[in-house]
Amino acid sequence: MIARMLDGVPGRGLAVLAGLLAVLLAAPWVANDYVLTVLIIVLYSAYTGQAWNVMMGFAGQLSLGHAIYVGLGGYAAAALYVHFGVAPWLGLVAAVAIAAACGAVIGFLAFRFGVGGVYFAILTIAFAEFARIGFDHFRWVGASSGFFLPVANYTRNDLWNLRGDPTMFYYVMLALTVAAFAICHVLLKSRIGYYWQAIREDEVAARSLGIDTFRYKMYAIVLSAGMTAVAGVFFAFYYNNLFPEQVFHISRSIEMILGPIIGGIGTLFGPLVGALLLTGLSEAMQELLTALRLDVPGAKQVFYGLCLLVVVMALPGGVWPWVAGKLGLTGPRS
Amino acid sequence: MTVLLAVEGVSKRFRGLLAVDGVSFQIARGSIFAVIGPNGAGKTTLFNIIAGAFAPNGGSIAFGGERIDGLTPDEICRRGIGRTFQVVRPFPALSVEDNVLIGAMLRRHDPASARRHAHEVLARLELFGKRHQPASTLTLPDRKRLEVARALATDPKLLLLDEVMAGLRPAETDRMVSILRELNRDFGLTILLIEHVMRAVMALAARVLVLHHGAAISEGAPDAVVRDPAVVQSYLGAEAVD
Repeated sequence: MIARMLDGVPGRGLAVLAGLLAVLLAAPWVANDYVLTVLIIVLYSAYTGQAWNVMMGFAGQLSLGHAIYVGLGGYAAAALYVHFGVAPWLGLVAAVAIAAACGAVIGFLAFRFGVGGVYFAILTIAFAEFARIGFDHFRWVGASSGFFLPVANYTRNDLWNLRGDPTMFYYVMLALTVAAFAICHVLLKSRIGYYWQAIREDEVAARSLGIDTFRYKMYAIVLSAGMTAVAGVFFAFYYNNLFPEQVFHISRSIEMILGPIIGGIGTLFGPLVGALLLTGLSEAMQELLTALRLDVPGAKQVFYGLCLLVVVMALPGGVWPWVAGKLGLTGPRS
Repeated sequence: MTVLLAVEGVSKRFRGLLAVDGVSFQIARGSIFAVIGPNGAGKTTLFNIIAGAFAPNGGSIAFGGERIDGLTPDEICRRGIGRTFQVVRPFPALSVEDNVLIGAMLRRHDPASARRHAHEVLARLELFGKRHQPASTLTLPDRKRLEVARALATDPKLLLLDEVMAGLRPAETDRMVSILRELNRDFGLTILLIEHVMRAVMALAARVLVLHHGAAISEGAPDAVVRDPAVVQSYLGAEAVD
């Protein structure tokens, strides 16, 4: 299985991958709490970026409202935990099911009635906004004043209830990220992955080759929504609070897609590279600005904008394909 | 002869324009059949009806004895009809091999065996040496052959070719003609050509249907059709002598 997964990857690429994994595994022993927190954000962005990548990067369906799946997932698991004492790993099942069902509804409406391209993107924004406004009035989960989980006590790590210190959350996020990458890698090498790429490249041509494009687009949105909901569960239990104005806000959806765009849409490592670059650089810049006493609100957004501008102008395919090509890290087909 | 495709009184109306007007013809299994006609005669509309891009307003189409009119393009392909596009539509960012592989996956779910099949098809269409190139880097003659390769990889019983010779130089046309003739001879592949290039039609087709203003005005062997006064007057003119 592992041998098949690594088929076609040059030795140098494998070495870099193994090195990266070793560094990430060892990080909690050397990193302080601040660095660990940044790394959690990096992995979270890489994971959600990968989930979005399934839809846009692989299947070519532009979603600008992916925050809806984070929010639904987070609220579902948090509500089950707070109101019924259901452990998050069980709540996760419900969270994924709800988000996937929501994805299926959006997908059905759009794909059955031929809503595509920018109109599809607008539909996804509309649903995320419906959810934001709806949850603002949803008293059972705190409405607009927010929904809070009992704050973790850090004396011991309770993995089953996701209560613990940052190191535990770090490893959970690392495991989720690695799993997402492995799943995407396997999918890309299989029939479904090729069919998604065919739809992304030219849907009319894809249909002429016998591909039921409706069905495969539905698979993409349902999988992407379900994967994103898992991140939502993590978000809820890591931050211990959920506000509709935050989790469902369009800026959350936009942040989610910057990583893959900068790293390389449709590539396996683009989301991770983009997340590392964006989060790493923006934290470094924040430190620098604070040191220079130039810290102003909105500096991060301006920085994101500049990064996006540079990448779009200089490397329209993203940073990762360029780096990988220069260093010979990937095979001819990936 | 056994009939593979039977088109019976097919019509298609776009608003006020009757693009295809009660066209009927039959294609024998294992034969090469051409549809010719001037620009705007309804050839591509007829083609798109057979391929499932449009449902006809009237008439019926039977493939292997089963009604296929009104099915979607992907259902038509799964029934065993492959098509190309007049304006080529490769998957530009994917390699030539992956383009064909996606076609091959229709009937081979295992990527390894699909890839083997794709290699055979690529070799037959003389694209094997270019299989690692992105499809966007191919020249027009190569793209035309990639269209055929991709459709062929789905193992069609009937191959619909929409002006695959258009834009090719004579040497490239001859190359395509010989490839198609081999496919027909070696696999008994039935081919329906929509074509402007008479050189290719005369070399390939056993039967020719002539469309004019959406209606069939003549049908028969190529050399008989080009001498038909109605055809000469409406369409071919001096070109028929070439």
